[in-house]
Amino acid sequence: MNAQIPVLEVRDLVKHYSVGGGFFGRGRKQLRAVDGVSFSIGQGETLGLVGESGCGKSTVGKAVLRLVEPTSGQVTLEGEDITSLGSAALLDRRKRMQVIFQDPYSSLNPRMTAGEIVQEPLINFGIGSRAEQRDRVALLFARVGLRPDQRANYPHEFSGGQRQRLGIARALALGPSVIIGDEPVSALDVSVQAQVINLMMDLQQEFGLSYLFVAHDLGVVEHISHRVAVMYLGKIVEIAARAALFETPRHPYTEALLAAVPVSHPRARRARTVLTGDVPSPINPPPGCRFHTRCPIAVARCRQEEPPLVVDASGHGVACHLRATTL
Amino acid sequence: MASDPVLRVEGLRTEFATGDGPPAVAVNDLSFEVNRGETLCIVGESGCGKSLTALSVLRLLPRPYGRIGAGRVLLEGRDLVQVSDPEIREVRGRAVSMIFQEPMTSLNPVLNIGRQIAETVMVHEGLPWQACTDRALEMLRQVRIPEPERRLHEYPHQLSGGMRQRVMIAMALACRPRVLLADEPTTALDVTIQAQILDLIRDLQRETGTAVLLITHDLGVVAEMADRVLVMYAGSKVEEGTAAEIFDAPTHPYTRGLMGAMPHLGGAHGGRLAEIPGVVPALNARPKGCSFAPRCSLATSRCHVEAPPLRSFAGSHTVACWEVGQGAAA
Ligand SMILES: Nc1ncnc2c1ncn2[C@@H]1O[C@H](COP(=O)(O)OP(=O)(O)OP(=O)(O)O)[C@@H](O)[C@H]1O
Ligand SMILES: Nc1ncnc2c1ncn2[C@@H]1O[C@H](COP(=O)(O)OP(=O)(O)OP(=O)(O)O)[C@@H](O)[C@H]1O
Ligand code: SF4
Ligand code: SF4
Ligand SMILES: [Mg+2]
Ligand SMILES: [Mg+2]
Repeated sequence: MNAQIPVLEVRDLVKHYSVGGGFFGRGRKQLRAVDGVSFSIGQGETLGLVGESGCGKSTVGKAVLRLVEPTSGQVTLEGEDITSLGSAALLDRRKRMQVIFQDPYSSLNPRMTAGEIVQEPLINFGIGSRAEQRDRVALLFARVGLRPDQRANYPHEFSGGQRQRLGIARALALGPSVIIGDEPVSALDVSVQAQVINLMMDLQQEFGLSYLFVAHDLGVVEHISHRVAVMYLGKIVEIAARAALFETPRHPYTEALLAAVPVSHPRARRARTVLTGDVPSPINPPPGCRFHTRCPIAVARCRQEEPPLVVDASGHGVACHLRATTL
Repeated sequence: MASDPVLRVEGLRTEFATGDGPPAVAVNDLSFEVNRGETLCIVGESGCGKSLTALSVLRLLPRPYGRIGAGRVLLEGRDLVQVSDPEIREVRGRAVSMIFQEPMTSLNPVLNIGRQIAETVMVHEGLPWQACTDRALEMLRQVRIPEPERRLHEYPHQLSGGMRQRVMIAMALACRPRVLLADEPTTALDVTIQAQILDLIRDLQRETGTAVLLITHDLGVVAEMADRVLVMYAGSKVEEGTAAEIFDAPTHPYTRGLMGAMPHLGGAHGGRLAEIPGVVPALNARPKGCSFAPRCSLATSRCHVEAPPLRSFAGSHTVACWEVGQGAAA
């Protein structure tokens, strides 16, 4: 792993959606799905992205891939700013950055065979002769642990774990450097989840892949990530190396999240303070610190002043008035 | 522990009729009991028959092909398999209530939630309407729905997933059931909301002494909640014991596989997770002998022809395996 060279750099990424309103867009409101997110991922590195449902994790992934147009901000892939690339150039860069979704079923064409699904990107980009393409498909099938004869099967003939392998084979077809996984193992049974996680980690080793790994299972994220970013209501509230984040979390939200994780042995059961209340609306995020409506240690200042993400010398970043290290 | 089970299931077989062949057996010779105030967790991968077990208790099997082929479901001694249709309807939502895997399918989209809860109370307790709506409000408060007075008038689609699940729980508990069947009650939820809901079930259980049958595939939830654990594979019980027995000494190769495959906080990271190769077989492709044999690293030729019986192991711990457990490979 060479975390020194950032393969993917994201600066001040913002994505607002216009929602609601009547005729002619009157009364439409801005939903701040992602509201100023920055991070970078080194070669061969996995950045885990966690946070409650609706905090903007998928939107970060989509905006980075420009599957949705970012409202503002900058995305740099292997040193090149791709934010303002036209569609032709952007399409070309897609070779370098691929995505795996939670539900591979909805992202795989039901009328194509598994072999065609993996071959399609090679055809689209005109890579190799048909014979070479078929060889590459065979290689990819073997690499993700699918049988050669399964190339003739249709997606509905695969189990969930096999479909996820198929999605991975397709994502690998063009030899990307970055893979964005949006909950790639969340729908799988624990035994199959283990198979897919092991596969993703093996492939990372083999090809030096960088992963942005979105998940809500903190056990999975701790297992697979080198660094972890925690999001709350469209913002990163804490980002740190895995050990620092899980062993010495600083942000009160990260603490609450970790406290809520089920124990792994009945003897470890404990009384805990459970975060109360629901996530506020991203249409009207609370002023000041967005977490103040649920934060157990909030002070007056938190209601007025938004805490910046302060990163210390070790790279541990925290957005909290009370918990950020003063430099 | 009190040996006076509220719910006792004996030799349950749940099957689906097929054209002219023999029925497909989804739950096979399953027995268990749940005592007052106790939580029994049923774990296993997708397709192992967990939901069908709970649905069998209330005779809510998918029509027209699902049916109970054999066995008894004793609620305080009364066999629910044999009672009349009006009697089983009387049991549902009153003595035994269920939280379904899909909250949206069991909430009525065109009725506000206050009315839905109040109607449940009305049907089962026959109180005056005002008393029923008061109870509905009280229940929303108990399940910690913020601004309950306002939420009473809202419709299911206006609530977040976590709130819908809490409404389901409010409805399930509104009549203080003696048995609660909770089928993956927190699977679709964030960990913070999951923690709230598990706490809630525990608190209410403490107050009402409800016996809880909790179905999940998440061993973390089991570790949080279970007094006893029943591990199911391909329709059969493969291991059962107290939570301590199962977590201290998981014995069946399937249980051990599940434990090893789960990445958990503070566990070893970066290394490989234990895998169980393959997947749960489909109903029409269940192997003979031990149904886990095609995925089991300990399988011998005997395992492929003869199904292992459940055997008592130590204390209340039982295991169905030829190769492990007391007296194994004898
Ligand atoms: N196309 C869209 N139009 C309007 N709002 C959207 C759109 N897509 C997402 N949102 C909103 O943006 C916010 C962030 O959504 P996003 O899907 O990124 O969350 P998430 O963190 O991935 O959640 P989950 O864990 O549930 O997948 C949510 O409030 C969501 O409702
Ligand atoms: N209506 C049906 N007709 C035929 N087979 C069915 C039907 N419903 C369920 N089955 C089969 O019965 C088996 C057990 O299903 P069940 O829903 O009980 O599994 P489960 O353990 O609850 O799984 P999950 O964790 O996915 O909810 C599965 O193999 C399933 O395919
Ligand atoms: S800034 Fe204030 S409200 Fe926000 S997390 Fe820190 S203490 Fe809590
Ligand atoms: S009976 Fe045989 S196949 Fe079944 S779990 Fe035991 S060792 Fe494995
Ligand atoms: Mg998402
Ligand atoms: Mg189920």
